[in-house]
Amino acid sequence: MNINRFSKNINLLIGTLIIGGFFVLMCISIFYTPHDVTAMNVPNKLLGPNGEHWFGTDEFGRDIFSRIMKGTQTAFSVGLLTVLIGVTFGVLIGGTAGYFGGWIDEIFMRVLDALMAFPGIILALMLVAIFGPGILNTAIALGIIAIPNIARIVRSGFVQHRDSEYILSAKLIGVKTYSIMFRHILPNISSQIVVAATVTFATAMLAEAALSYLGLGVQPPNPSWGRMLKDSQSYLVNAPWYTYAPGAAITLMVLGLYMLSNALRDFLDPRSKA
Amino acid sequence: MSNRTVLLEIRNLKAYFPVKRKSIREDKKVVKAVDDISIEIYKGETLGIVGESGSGKSTLGRTILKLIEPTSGEILFKGEPIQKLSGKALQKFRNQMQMVFQDPFSSLNPRMRVGEIIEEPMKLQLALSKEERQTRVKELLEKVGLREDAMKKFPHEFSGGQRQRIGIARALAINPAFIIADEPVSALDVSVQSQVLNLMMDLQDELELTYMFISHDLGVVKHISDRVAVMYLGRIVEVGEKHALYENPLHPYTKALLAAIPVVDFQEKRDVEPLHGDLPSPMDPPVGCVFHTRCPKAMPICSEKRPVLTKQKNDQHVACFLYEEGDFSVS
Repeated sequence: MNINRFSKNINLLIGTLIIGGFFVLMCISIFYTPHDVTAMNVPNKLLGPNGEHWFGTDEFGRDIFSRIMKGTQTAFSVGLLTVLIGVTFGVLIGGTAGYFGGWIDEIFMRVLDALMAFPGIILALMLVAIFGPGILNTAIALGIIAIPNIARIVRSGFVQHRDSEYILSAKLIGVKTYSIMFRHILPNISSQIVVAATVTFATAMLAEAALSYLGLGVQPPNPSWGRMLKDSQSYLVNAPWYTYAPGAAITLMVLGLYMLSNALRDFLDPRSKA
Repeated sequence: MSNRTVLLEIRNLKAYFPVKRKSIREDKKVVKAVDDISIEIYKGETLGIVGESGSGKSTLGRTILKLIEPTSGEILFKGEPIQKLSGKALQKFRNQMQMVFQDPFSSLNPRMRVGEIIEEPMKLQLALSKEERQTRVKELLEKVGLREDAMKKFPHEFSGGQRQRIGIARALAINPAFIIADEPVSALDVSVQSQVLNLMMDLQDELELTYMFISHDLGVVKHISDRVAVMYLGRIVEVGEKHALYENPLHPYTKALLAAIPVVDFQEKRDVEPLHGDLPSPMDPPVGCVFHTRCPKAMPICSEKRPVLTKQKNDQHVACFLYEEGDFSVS
């Protein structure tokens, strides 16, 4: 792993820069934002970008840049939590179904099919309606929705590898079943999982934005990019910069995640190391 | 020949696989991949198993190691039955029987370093310290003709022949007495084949190994084996000492197989007709002798009764009515 190879990979470079940048922004926002994110200042409402307010102010005169900064916390926590739930259960369910096959496979996959039959956002709406809105519940709902997709990817990977000769050989030398599953097969499909996880992260962020846009995700006054997008909609003509900021943040973050996932796929494969 | 000790004995081994039915009304069908095979393997010898693809030779190897559950029959290793064992007791036997696989590209975990691959069996089955294991990995690598620095590399950095050497080193890691080699050289270039074969033969002398060598290549089998068994559609049709079998094949199938080896000498007369047709479906094998549909010497009885392996001269066994004494011709 040398710097030269790192810099050659343009996806990795830009992806890391974008996501790293947001990450740094998030860390800073925990301790410091240029303005108080919830303090209203109505006389200064809907100001254009200026030296004091870099991205302008919203309809209550709150600093948009500070709110974007604070919004990274929401984006990261919802994204990470969703990925954590989705990958953990996806790997467990998909791995078990794929490795053992037979009726276990049938039952698990049919249940997931049933879950998949619901449109994701409707399911999320239902879950949020049951458990109530908020960051944690949003992430749990989105995590549950992410399970079938990841489980399918993991399952197909396990099916592909379970009969290969190196697994037969592992059985012969007495490797325990869980060890075959998680130490022998799992690393071989880690690149697929990483890609799926990054995509899930991006989708979760978008879904969180959508849920918040519908008013069911993150509750005011906590800033969320999706909610800001929704609020800015009414001022599209008078204050277009209000829309640009959260829109650009979402776009950049998703773009960065996709680039990073592409790069990681290549990076994690030992065969691609010359 | 009877003074040699039997290492592994297989009695009436069967491995059937159910076939998925298209509808409930259809009859239940099974593929008889290994159909009533009995054979002995002596300590220190190499038993070659030859047959066309689909003849069940790989399944036989895997069934012996219980990677495939036998449908019925007995597997005796050093006189002890192992077909019913599972868990720890089975592992005890597997430690003495290892396998070298056909495909050098899929038989090594692409995510593990070569050192880890060879070390893993020792880690699980031998009580050795980390240093002892490392030393042994180095020894094994040297034994199979690879350099020490191979430990740190990944399988994809090696050629097919080198990978097969790694596979052999892994199989040897826990000092097995018996190795089943499932077409170990058929994926390799001809020039590399002989290197790997010679390595296996050297290791056999050095470590007193017993081999079961599965291959479809009669030349390769002749090179390495002491005795050869010919399989057709899940059954052994002929088994005998290498020279006896190659010089004087008895079963019409063996004759046809040997006649199919290309020769350079155009003057040599070839009186055996080549085989026609394909291997019948193992789902629906012919009644009686499985070979009668393609046999140039088929008789009426061949489609009625199943021939059994009977002893001929030179300790050669053949399952064919042509060599059976009795009154079958009248029936």
